[in-house]
Amino acid sequence: MQAETALGRAGLWFLLFFVFLAVAVAAADSGFAAHATIVAIVCFGLMCMSAARFDPTTSLNSFFKMPDAPSVYDDDPVRWGVLATMFWGLAGLSAGLFIALQLAWPQLNIEPYLNFGRVRPLHTSAVIFAFGGNALLATSFYVVQRTCRTQLAFPGLARFVFWGYQLFIVLAATGYLLGITQSKEYAEPEWYVDLWLTIVWVAYLIVFVGTLAKRKEPHIYVANWFYLAFIVTVAMLHVVNNLALPVSMVGSQSYGVFAGVQDALVQWWYGHNAVGFFLTAGFLAMMYYFVPKQAERPVYSYRLSIIHFWSLIFLYIWAGPHHLHYTALPDWAQTLGMVFSVMLWMPSWGGMINGLMTLNGAWDKIRTDPIIRMMVMALAFYGMSTFEGPMLSIKAVNGLSHYTDWTIGHVHSGALGWNGMITFACVYFLVPRLWKRERMYSLRMINWHFWLATLGIVFYAASMWVSGIQQGLMWREYGSDGYLVWSFADTVAAMFPMYVLRAFGGVLYLSGTLVMTYNIWMTLAGKLREEKAMIETPYDPEKDRPITDPAPSAVPAE
Amino acid sequence: MSMTERHKKLERNITLLAVCTFITVAIGGLVQITPLFYLDNTIEEVDGMRPYTPLELAGRDIYVREGCYVCHSQMIRPFRDEIERYGHYSLAAESMYDRPFQWGSKRTGPDLARVGGRYSDEWHVQHLINPQAVVPESIMPTYAFLADTTLNVNDPSANLATLQTLGVPYTDEDVTQAMADLILQGSEFPGAGLADFNARYPNAQARDFDGDPDRLTEMDALVAYLQMLGTLVDVDSAAAQQELAEELGR
Repeated sequence: MQAETALGRAGLWFLLFFVFLAVAVAAADSGFAAHATIVAIVCFGLMCMSAARFDPTTSLNSFFKMPDAPSVYDDDPVRWGVLATMFWGLAGLSAGLFIALQLAWPQLNIEPYLNFGRVRPLHTSAVIFAFGGNALLATSFYVVQRTCRTQLAFPGLARFVFWGYQLFIVLAATGYLLGITQSKEYAEPEWYVDLWLTIVWVAYLIVFVGTLAKRKEPHIYVANWFYLAFIVTVAMLHVVNNLALPVSMVGSQSYGVFAGVQDALVQWWYGHNAVGFFLTAGFLAMMYYFVPKQAERPVYSYRLSIIHFWSLIFLYIWAGPHHLHYTALPDWAQTLGMVFSVMLWMPSWGGMINGLMTLNGAWDKIRTDPIIRMMVMALAFYGMSTFEGPMLSIKAVNGLSHYTDWTIGHVHSGALGWNGMITFACVYFLVPRLWKRERMYSLRMINWHFWLATLGIVFYAASMWVSGIQQGLMWREYGSDGYLVWSFADTVAAMFPMYVLRAFGGVLYLSGTLVMTYNIWMTLAGKLREEKAMIETPYDPEKDRPITDPAPSAVPAE
Repeated sequence: MSMTERHKKLERNITLLAVCTFITVAIGGLVQITPLFYLDNTIEEVDGMRPYTPLELAGRDIYVREGCYVCHSQMIRPFRDEIERYGHYSLAAESMYDRPFQWGSKRTGPDLARVGGRYSDEWHVQHLINPQAVVPESIMPTYAFLADTTLNVNDPSANLATLQTLGVPYTDEDVTQAMADLILQGSEFPGAGLADFNARYPNAQARDFDGDPDRLTEMDALVAYLQMLGTLVDVDSAAAQQELAEELGR
């Protein structure tokens, strides 16, 4: 009976393998053919596995030391999500370092596949959607089970969501290097990859809402409001922004439904809210569960969380036009975008305050607990970049900053500082619990990671402030003769030292992540590092006694 | 009932919470984006604008494929320094056939909205093969492979037909003639068909762009695209200036 099912499965995979092979042969362009080949290879691999009745998960499970004991919650997808977060994090940060070095030394461009224009989308997608996305998948599955006191609804579908999402990442990433892109920033994947992501995303919504629906707690916890807003809004943005008509059903190319100025606003409505809902609402959800847990304190204010949730999701969606200041977009839309961006400052800081004040009465943990230290630094960077954002959205400031590295620096203080740090802290929280270890292998290494990352961001943000403002000022500088002072090439040459410093910041940040990877690997192996405790209050019993023979209080001068 | 008490209704009902969330996040986009489809200054047509020729379109697809928009904007802002550096500020109508738009968000390299006609074809070819050879300070990657790669557009008619379906005003003749037009525009001696081609695509430039008349390369297509950027609308003509003056009330 079992052999029959295995054979049936192998047959199904063979059929799919054959279909995709045929698509690869019939493809209109080489890019689409390459993608069809990848899918065909996957089908072929699955066919072989079914045929040999080889169970790859068992060997993988033992390789990653997955605990055998049954969990009370369905934590398998969470564990895989944590591993994927680390893997894609390293990949995305390495790609970022590579393109940072390319900007300093253009000889590092290797045409055509590793030119800056193709690797840059790989970097942004890898860090936002692969690293950040997997962190959101893993933590949302973890948090929704704990706060609802129930297991995941549709466990099979949850696994489909995880593996389907990884396939999306592989197709997107290989596509950029092959030149398959629709050139919309942060929405570069072509029509068929977009369709696949839509299917995966709907499955994600079903699993998440299904789990909320079968909750054993009367109330839905605040973290889940944010996760829900993130999933629902990203679905809306993704579908509308990627509306396109393929040139051929067996070709990778498509043309968008929107054109010109309409397309520009749809794109930045999407683009800004990829930041607002993917990188903010979703990560605030992480903050709302893991910061109170690690601090062992309740969330500071329930009322504040209500106000800042609704105002944040309402205001964020309006802020897109600030990416289009002084363009051909009508003035009223630009001004509207600016006003809402400035208002957005308040709910953003509402979230920061609610997170930071949760440490009320536990502030000493910043000294003793490097994970809390990371969380606090993440919130500090969240506060800083959500102040910088509204400031840059003011038209007068934007006139200088737009098109320069200032924007790049701003994005990275948010991405490295807020998203990176809070993700690292959550992973450090999760790993010992998911793999049933006493604690992380080394707390001191977490501290090292903290300082490497913080210093890395300082180098990054500071060098980009300097290069951005400098370039903006050079572009508009007039001499006393009434002519522009600098040619464009002059301003490019002036950026060189800042680009080197930025890459150095990237080296620091990446090396912190390498320390983390080692730390996690040793934790999975079940080891505990012998090390000095993070804090020791010195105690000397000899000195801790009443004074018996009082010494003279002062020695007279001779 | 206090606000927190009323909010508990939402916290206990997943459907209500999801629906309220969706309505909240849908409003901003509806208010901002919908008007752009009927407001005059976002849908107005400007004299001179025409859809891309098949060769320009192929060049534009290469521009998109290589991620040029990552470092080059195509949107000149109405500032004195930008107008002196790049030319007249960009009009909404000038990107009406751009799917997707190529305004960009970063100027690691200069703006390209009006780069057409500023440099010779030879300059572009040399610059794309080795940017540092012409601009020593440049940090642009090399694109020498474009000159060695034969332009491979299986079926330009399909590209034009897709755009036609989306509302781009290509005629049926444009669609059926696409392959012939593509070859004609990139050949050294366009021949008798040129008059008909230019009647359908006014101001289109037809010649051998890459200095290699024997074959049509990706370099031909990309240079053809770069050389037409910003050349279609005569923004400095008397009529355009008068219209602007009326708009500004002067």
